[in-house]
Amino acid sequence: MKDFIIPQFPPGDDRDMGTKIGTGAPVSLVIDGIAVTVPAGTSVMRAAAEAGVDVPKLCASDNIEAFGSCRLCVVQIDGRRGTPASCTTPVAEGMVVHTQSEKLRKLRRGVMELYISDHPLDCLTCSANGDCELQDAAGAVGLRDVRYEAPVGGRLDNHFARRNGAEVNALYIPKDDSNPYFSYDPAKCIVCSRCVRACEEVQGTFALTIEGRGFDSRVSAGAIGDDFLTSDCVSCGACVQACPTATLQEKSVIELGTPQRSIITTCAYCGVGCSFKAELNGDQLVRMVPYKHGKANRGHSCVKGRFAYGYAKHKDRILNPMIRNSIDEPWREVGWDEAMAFAASRIATFRSIMAASPSASSPPAAAPMRKPIWCRN
Amino acid sequence: MKIYVPMDSAAKALGADEVARAILQHAGARGLDVQMIRNGSYGMIWLEPLVEVDLGQGQGRQAYGPVTPADVPALLEGKLQSLGPVQEIPFLAGQTRLTFARCGVIDPLDLDDYEAHGGLVGVKRAIAMGARDILQEVVDSGLRGRGGAGFPTGIKWKTVADADAAQKYIVCNADEGDSGTFADRMIIEGDPFSLIEGMAIAGIGVGATRGYVYLRSEYPDAIRVLTDAVDIARARGLLGPNVLGSPHAFDIEVRTGAGAYVCGEETALLNSLEGKRGTVRAKPPLPALEGFMGKPTVVNNVISLATIPVIFEKGAGHYADFGLGRSRGTVTLQIAGNIKHGGLYETAFGVTLGQVVNEIGGGTASGRPVKAVQVGGPLGAYMPVEKFDTPIGYEEFDQQGGLIGHAGLVVFDDTADMLHMARFAMEFCAVESCGKCTPCRIGAVRGVETIDRIAQGDTAAIELLTDLCDTMRDGSLCALGGFTPYPVMSALTHFPDDFATQKEAAE
Repeated sequence: MKDFIIPQFPPGDDRDMGTKIGTGAPVSLVIDGIAVTVPAGTSVMRAAAEAGVDVPKLCASDNIEAFGSCRLCVVQIDGRRGTPASCTTPVAEGMVVHTQSEKLRKLRRGVMELYISDHPLDCLTCSANGDCELQDAAGAVGLRDVRYEAPVGGRLDNHFARRNGAEVNALYIPKDDSNPYFSYDPAKCIVCSRCVRACEEVQGTFALTIEGRGFDSRVSAGAIGDDFLTSDCVSCGACVQACPTATLQEKSVIELGTPQRSIITTCAYCGVGCSFKAELNGDQLVRMVPYKHGKANRGHSCVKGRFAYGYAKHKDRILNPMIRNSIDEPWREVGWDEAMAFAASRIATFRSIMAASPSASSPPAAAPMRKPIWCRN
Repeated sequence: MKIYVPMDSAAKALGADEVARAILQHAGARGLDVQMIRNGSYGMIWLEPLVEVDLGQGQGRQAYGPVTPADVPALLEGKLQSLGPVQEIPFLAGQTRLTFARCGVIDPLDLDDYEAHGGLVGVKRAIAMGARDILQEVVDSGLRGRGGAGFPTGIKWKTVADADAAQKYIVCNADEGDSGTFADRMIIEGDPFSLIEGMAIAGIGVGATRGYVYLRSEYPDAIRVLTDAVDIARARGLLGPNVLGSPHAFDIEVRTGAGAYVCGEETALLNSLEGKRGTVRAKPPLPALEGFMGKPTVVNNVISLATIPVIFEKGAGHYADFGLGRSRGTVTLQIAGNIKHGGLYETAFGVTLGQVVNEIGGGTASGRPVKAVQVGGPLGAYMPVEKFDTPIGYEEFDQQGGLIGHAGLVVFDDTADMLHMARFAMEFCAVESCGKCTPCRIGAVRGVETIDRIAQGDTAAIELLTDLCDTMRDGSLCALGGFTPYPVMSALTHFPDDFATQKEAAE
């Protein structure tokens, strides 16, 4: 039971494997010379991740369905034409996959050059600095130059500048700070749709969509005129967690900076027992992120555990076990060993009363069911 | 007397309705007994409105065109100069009409007329032969997808037939958005039962009981004709729980698009049909296995499906006898742009591009030399005159860096500015991109800007444009972004002067 609530994974091992794993019969393939066996139905990207090979990616995330939109995860497969996306290509027996070649490097750099041509280059002052998948991917593909520029007297269409040349930039959408816990900055959006898909597939609220088409495409919370607060959004934070950039960002991170350490813990709210990664700077809690290996919540949570952790440093917060013999006694703070021994002895007593009662299947009136003392719900 | 005036929208755009009204008016005033039939178009656009008069004296139908309302008194008096029997007009006489055999000939909404001209023979034969033999017949015909991709229709049908599912679908792609193409519209307006019959055969062949026609909203006449034809087919038992009395159920619903070019891409079409945003889906899964509503689905172009009845009427061998190499049967060329004799020309694969433009089309309408022909819609390559020996065939065009696509040809004379055309291709992609994948969403916009830089004499921008085209071609999710480099790079490669001239002018 304990490992159900406190997962037995090393805290650092929560990397994103790109896609879900398949469920079919074992299939063996070779990726960059490394043999790997995965269940049929697994993507080439996931198989590569299992083999320890990270294929650059931006729109893939292993808690949502593969989408195939960013075109960074392209690979080459012996005997097949073209450069298929590894996230949407299922493995096949005997497949020989190459994730690195001059053609792939050029293609990935070309795609990344396009991304960055429509992205503000304010990394040093960006709230996702050091925790940005776009930044990581630009590094991984070796982007060194963005050659796109406006024609003389013309414009370079973009979403990040308030003004474009002499004119107001009609594509610029101001930041939406309506939600108390996170902000939405369309200027930094790369339209990977991870937030939209997380809202649909992880949370099931369908609050988000993509508005407009082509270059105009932008994430939108509901109907025209809605902001995040007036939309159907329930502030679960799945979209913020899914966002690879600073587009959807916790306000606590914007205020406090990127967390530098983390601890796996259990949510102190209800009895579900969701696992969380408490991310901190020193003893300053910066954000609570649902932990993907938590077996009760599988990387998802509700608004309370995700954002309403103001109790963390509250003076009334109970930090140590407390016991008392009866309701008219004051609580006594004790160590864990004493608390557990106390609880065990009381449960044993209760069991013996139960066993001795005429009807062992129903609780005797003399010993009414009580909530365990450490449950504060 | 019987008078045929086309109700095809191209003919109507050229005044067919006004001519029809004038005929009824004058005939009424003179007390003439006129039976007017609104037929489809034969596809000779420069002769539209092409009116046929059958005096019922054994001379058959005499053609006149283009007819204006002012010509009507002379027409009714027999004083107007006739073109002779329509079938003897060289443009039509030179064709091999299999798919379009009835188009123009019959009343599009008269199922008896359809049957009198070979209609329903195919579906009756298909019902008698059973599903396995139906699939083999289509494979043997060599028919390939006429929407542009050229995938073997029989193989696609077999994939759907072999898929294990309680419900399967036939989806007809009638979102004909390519510039210079009109074959889908013409056959729907001129012979809609051929499409309905083809879809019914497909349904029986793969075990699908429901069909959808995704028809673009820009074709209001075609929507009306096809909707009426489906109602008639249902009333007459061609559609319904027992197709022509057989145990096979099949019915069709006509659905109207909302105006996005990308919804002609089959997966975006399926999303749109399901009521979702018209964005492209990654493949796999193939629509043949997980298509409409996640069920196995045949997605075929109008011409592919409308060709099915004649394959079953005359046999796969008859159809496969026409053609060149792996391109079997006939191609329904749509000749447009700056051309003297524009229109629909159905012929066996193998005719050369030069023959089509110069002999069949009669050269440019302007009389100036041809500069380039864009084949295959807005994503097709610009073919220069040096490539006029290329035979019309899927592989033959591919080897020349082009594509046949939906077989639309747009002709340009020597006044065309190919840099401008390359810019237009990028602009088209930018306007029509669904926005899902990065190379298309951002690349097309950058393409326009980069071509503008080239026009200003920025030489570095030419290398950037070439790199961008590589990224779009190899990286895009679907053919919209993936094929936009065809027109751009063909313009740059074959007409470097248009790019260099701009540069010098700027310097």
